[in-house]
Amino acid sequence: MKKTEIAVIGGGPAGLMAALAAAEMGARVTIMDRNSRLGGQLVKQTHMFFGSEKEYASVRGIDIGKVLSAEVLKNPRIETMLDSTVIGYYPDDGVLGVEVEEKTFVKIKPEKVIVATGASEKFLPFENNDLPGIYGAGAVQTLMNEHGVVPGENVLMVGAGNIGLIVSYQLMQAGVNVKAIIDAAPSIGGYWVHASKVARLGVPIMTSYTVKAAYPNELTGALERAVIWQVDDKWQPIPGTEKVLKVDVICISVGLSPLAEILWQAGCRMKYVPQLGGHVALRDENMETTVPGVYVAGDVAGVEEASSAMIEGRLAGLNAAKSLGYDNGKYDEKRREAMEQLQNLRSGPVGEKIRQGLAQLAL
Amino acid sequence: MRIVNHPILSFERGREVEFTFDGKKMKGYEGEPIAAALHDNGVRVLSYSKHLHRPRGFYCAIGNCSSCLMTVNGEPNVRVCTEKLREGMVVETQKGRGDIK
Repeated sequence: MKKTEIAVIGGGPAGLMAALAAAEMGARVTIMDRNSRLGGQLVKQTHMFFGSEKEYASVRGIDIGKVLSAEVLKNPRIETMLDSTVIGYYPDDGVLGVEVEEKTFVKIKPEKVIVATGASEKFLPFENNDLPGIYGAGAVQTLMNEHGVVPGENVLMVGAGNIGLIVSYQLMQAGVNVKAIIDAAPSIGGYWVHASKVARLGVPIMTSYTVKAAYPNELTGALERAVIWQVDDKWQPIPGTEKVLKVDVICISVGLSPLAEILWQAGCRMKYVPQLGGHVALRDENMETTVPGVYVAGDVAGVEEASSAMIEGRLAGLNAAKSLGYDNGKYDEKRREAMEQLQNLRSGPVGEKIRQGLAQLAL
Repeated sequence: MRIVNHPILSFERGREVEFTFDGKKMKGYEGEPIAAALHDNGVRVLSYSKHLHRPRGFYCAIGNCSSCLMTVNGEPNVRVCTEKLREGMVVETQKGRGDIK
């Protein structure tokens, strides 16, 4: 059986930072990702990030992913396993089961585990919501920005949070027509800077609207049109307000939910926290869960955004390394710095929801 | 449709390869997901559901949701949103749960 000091599951922003921080302290790290490359969902983020300079403000996500991946790959203390899906964690003997290239099953026994598996897209119930042409907003981003294929000609974006707004703008950059952005909430959820960008390009953002139904093309079976309708202040649809949109793509951007299967399997105490996207693990301020030696970071620890994921990753990496006795002399300083940065990112009205969510998780 | 000019991105594509979809010859780029190549060729319906035989496309594009299962080179239940395209692949619409031969 393969052994390592710290196993990092997931090579996105949180996992990359966790691996780098732990290696910097002196620990030996194995980072695993199911994709053929590191970077997670940073590879499709063509927009520039906010936050402070330390979190790569004004740098495009895609470039942050490249920089961090390159640092991980050249670090002699970090081993990278690609095309490697962690499919099980056996808490009794602390062994991870990893499927490599869909062919071999590898067992790994780490001393500490950092789970940075990210999140998956949520769905929305409406008539015919399973038609081909109805995609997650992140899926459309992958298709366009990673693989260079546009999803269709005319798009209805459902959800006016940051992802919905950013992906709408990116669709237009790729030459696709965005017919409307709708959101059932009475106000726009995303940042104004993203909303005004698409509004300036003439895309209507219709709040208090939701999808009533989708209809297929009789010949192909794929999406041809969408019917939307207004909702009242109790989220009830108002008959008579229907509008028909001729679209071949509906993007669903109604949030993400943590990919927490490994945490369940490890026996971590979990709690349903709507503000954080679903079930998340209770943890202390060092990002350690109720199962000693199992840490969380990034969206799996509560859906937030990439900048905070990176800092959570760093924090988890520092603490996992420290718990093994590693410290290059900078642990206290780095830890304090990371905790201050998280506090800053979550301050103000924008961070209120996250603060409410996190308050329910502390150990 | 392929994106040719993009204000921010440039795409590194593999060599052009031929594959078949339900017996029809199509072209794509080696190493890209099968679903991307199919989408570029106008194919939206990838499979039909087990019970009600409803058409299915992809949904998440990163291997999470299992909406895009197809039969590839005779093997059923392949996630075509992540499976890489290779020269001469035989891709078929999957009906129902698929059989292991």
